[in-house]
Amino acid sequence: MLKKIIFFNLLLSTFFTQISKSAESGGMPQLNPEFWISQIFWLIISFGILLIVLSKFILPKIRNNIELRKSEIVDNIETAEKQKTEAENTLKNYDELIRKSKNEAKNYFNDARKKIIEDIEKKKQILDKEINIEISKAEAEVAELVNKAPEKIQKIAIETSSDLIRQLIGEEVNNSSISAIVDDLCKKNKGKYYGN
Amino acid sequence: MAANPMTQFEVYRIGPEIKINQIDISFTNASLFMIISALSILLVFNLGSSKKNIIPTKIQLLAELSYSFISKMISDTAGNKGKPYFNLIFSLFMFVLFCNMFGMLPYSFTVTSHIIVTFFLAALIFIGVTVIGFMKHGFGYLKLFVPSGVPLVLLPLIVVIEIISYLSRPISLSVRLFANMMAGHTMMKVFGSFVISLGIVGGWLPLSFSVALTGLEILVAFLQAYVFAILTCIYLNDALNLHH
Repeated sequence: MLKKIIFFNLLLSTFFTQISKSAESGGMPQLNPEFWISQIFWLIISFGILLIVLSKFILPKIRNNIELRKSEIVDNIETAEKQKTEAENTLKNYDELIRKSKNEAKNYFNDARKKIIEDIEKKKQILDKEINIEISKAEAEVAELVNKAPEKIQKIAIETSSDLIRQLIGEEVNNSSISAIVDDLCKKNKGKYYGN
Repeated sequence: MAANPMTQFEVYRIGPEIKINQIDISFTNASLFMIISALSILLVFNLGSSKKNIIPTKIQLLAELSYSFISKMISDTAGNKGKPYFNLIFSLFMFVLFCNMFGMLPYSFTVTSHIIVTFFLAALIFIGVTVIGFMKHGFGYLKLFVPSGVPLVLLPLIVVIEIISYLSRPISLSVRLFANMMAGHTMMKVFGSFVISLGIVGGWLPLSFSVALTGLEILVAFLQAYVFAILTCIYLNDALNLHH
């Protein structure tokens, strides 16, 4: 601690002796007027040149550059915004297009589906008609057959009965009387054989 | 013992003695550093303004930032009316700044540490501002010395004080810059000579002081240039917008 204080005192004392010495030996050179005029002269020349060159050539260029940059930046921002809105519009159009084409595709699908269903329906109807016609034809044939069957049976019955009678009694019997008997029998038993 | 700390401020002739009508205008070390400062300002700002890049290069950025710095300073203090004086204030600030900064180089000469230089600049500003004030407002400029809202009894005293403060402007402006520069450089020289005189054992303390002072002096060099320029703007504002 003591050492420090001594050291610091030494430092301060040298500092002050130095300053007092300098003050004794001539003082400030600034107050010596020998070169005052020369300094003013050269100050006017150097500062004058600086002022003229700066204000005539350099500062306008810097001002120009700054303004150019500002305007360029504003322009760029404007174009960027324009492009942004354009891009948004394009995106919108694109979305619209996709939506439309999706709808169209759906419509096509639906139409095709409907057409096919209609076709199937039509063909089915035609087929049904044909089938019905066939069925009715077949039914008519069957009915005809059914209607014709008793007559044929009667004929066969009459022939067989006349043959039987001729062989049994060796005599020609009148066909009409036989047929009358067969008719009678047929009418009696009709319900029995042809009942539904 | 080490050299006198004031020898660094001595002006000496470089080259022959030039005399016009018994007036000595010889080229001196002070003239040399004025010319060097002016030329380096021109060099830096010429390089900074020659290209027209949208994305500025480093030196272009430096020039444009200084431009907008001074421009903002003027518009903040003197408003829009101060714009025509931009060139003058820009040159003034840059000249003082570069002279201060060149003074920070070892073995160089600090132009602004001479009262005659700073006083000449301050007187130029003072006369210029006064002329502008009278041109803008005529004799109405004298209203600057009569603040409004002062009791009539105190008015003579106030006017005298205002006139004295107005007339002392060039002195305060010049002495502020000169004294700051001189004091700082003297301090650095003194501490520098301590490093030698105390030797390898005790020299470290003044050396560290010297290092710290160098940083401080660079700050002061910038600050004094700024103060010089902003006070010019404030005086200009008084002359342009008379409000009292």
